[in-house]
Amino acid sequence: MSEQATPLWEVFIRARNGMSHRHAGSVHAADAEMALQAARDVYTRRGEGLSIWVVPSAAIIANDPDEKGEMFEPTASKIYRHPTFYELPDEVANM
Amino acid sequence: MYTQALNNPAVEAGVEDEEKLAAFQARIDREEKIEPNDWMPAAYRKTLVRQISQHAHSEVVGMLPEGNWVTRAPSLKRKAILLAKIQDEGGHGLYLYSAAETLGVSREELVDQLLTGKAKYSSIFNYPTLNWADVGAVGWLVDGAAIMNQIPLCRCSFGPYSRAMIRICKEESFHQRQGYDLLVAMMKGTAEQQEMVQDAVNRLWWPALMMFGPSDKDSKHSADSMKWKIKRFTNDELRQKFVDATVPQAKVLGISLPDPDLKLNEETGHWEHGEPDWDEFYNTIKGNGICNKQRMKDRIKAHEDGAWVREAAQAYAAKQAAKKSAA
Repeated sequence: MSEQATPLWEVFIRARNGMSHRHAGSVHAADAEMALQAARDVYTRRGEGLSIWVVPSAAIIANDPDEKGEMFEPTASKIYRHPTFYELPDEVANM
Repeated sequence: MYTQALNNPAVEAGVEDEEKLAAFQARIDREEKIEPNDWMPAAYRKTLVRQISQHAHSEVVGMLPEGNWVTRAPSLKRKAILLAKIQDEGGHGLYLYSAAETLGVSREELVDQLLTGKAKYSSIFNYPTLNWADVGAVGWLVDGAAIMNQIPLCRCSFGPYSRAMIRICKEESFHQRQGYDLLVAMMKGTAEQQEMVQDAVNRLWWPALMMFGPSDKDSKHSADSMKWKIKRFTNDELRQKFVDATVPQAKVLGISLPDPDLKLNEETGHWEHGEPDWDEFYNTIKGNGICNKQRMKDRIKAHEDGAWVREAAQAYAAKQAAKKSAA
């Protein structure tokens, strides 16, 4: 293939105000403006969004899934971070 | 839309770490989704790249038989509906290419595989759309068969494929309904229009049944796909579901289906049907169907004619980037 590859962009869409942007998929486009237009055509044909973010895929930094054990270990060993760790006296109905 | 790639020979497994393989299979058995950066056997990756990309190619080539009717749609309403449907098919192709790319293959390579004939697409798109009723019959039968295939794929073990299929299935039901609606409208018309509907169904019924791939007794290669939970039902099971769903719809429409062996088995509640012409099926897969050459010619032309647009867009982007860094 003699042609140069067209860059890849990740697409995030806010479905409505009050919601956060969520990853919808990706598109190929030469620049940011074309990426936004392509994202609109590909991912919002039925009123799926009010706001679109596009981010160059190469700019996303991700953790290594092979090391997710070490990465997320601290969360598993701190059960006192959850309200269910604490027993309430019976007299206290709700807290 | 179309999953005949599932029927291709299994990819050679190579040597894999037994422990990793067992852990991988255990994840699948627990119904965990596999995500792109997770460890996976090379054969799983290859099978998925092939299946997802062939599915994407089918969506893209599938725009051609319908595009044939855009300029001749009988009303502005039908033209707008048809354009929206074709745009969806293009969109489905793009969701699927993106899913395939997460497995480490580039869009350019995938498109190249289609255009050089290395990758296949569904046999159904090598049939012509000869009259306006074909547009309705494609929606009703072809998209109907696709939905049967695709709903179980929403639960596929590979996350990106499963998510793409969920989006696609949501949109696909519009496709089937608009097709049926078109046929209902024609059946309310003149005797000639009714004959057009019957003619379209006569020609597309068997090719639609072939979309599910060869009979289970001739399809030896789906064991891995079943084990990996890419595929959840066999070809014959899905074909039977489709026939059972479609026969009552044909009755409501007021047309007959071109199968003299079609009869209800009172005991099982299933409609028994005849065998599709498998020689025709294999011949079409091999590239000798009615429209194979025309479809590839049209795809290659569209790709080549678009080259200057892609080049211009990249040249413009490079120029803008250079300007920005200089400022």
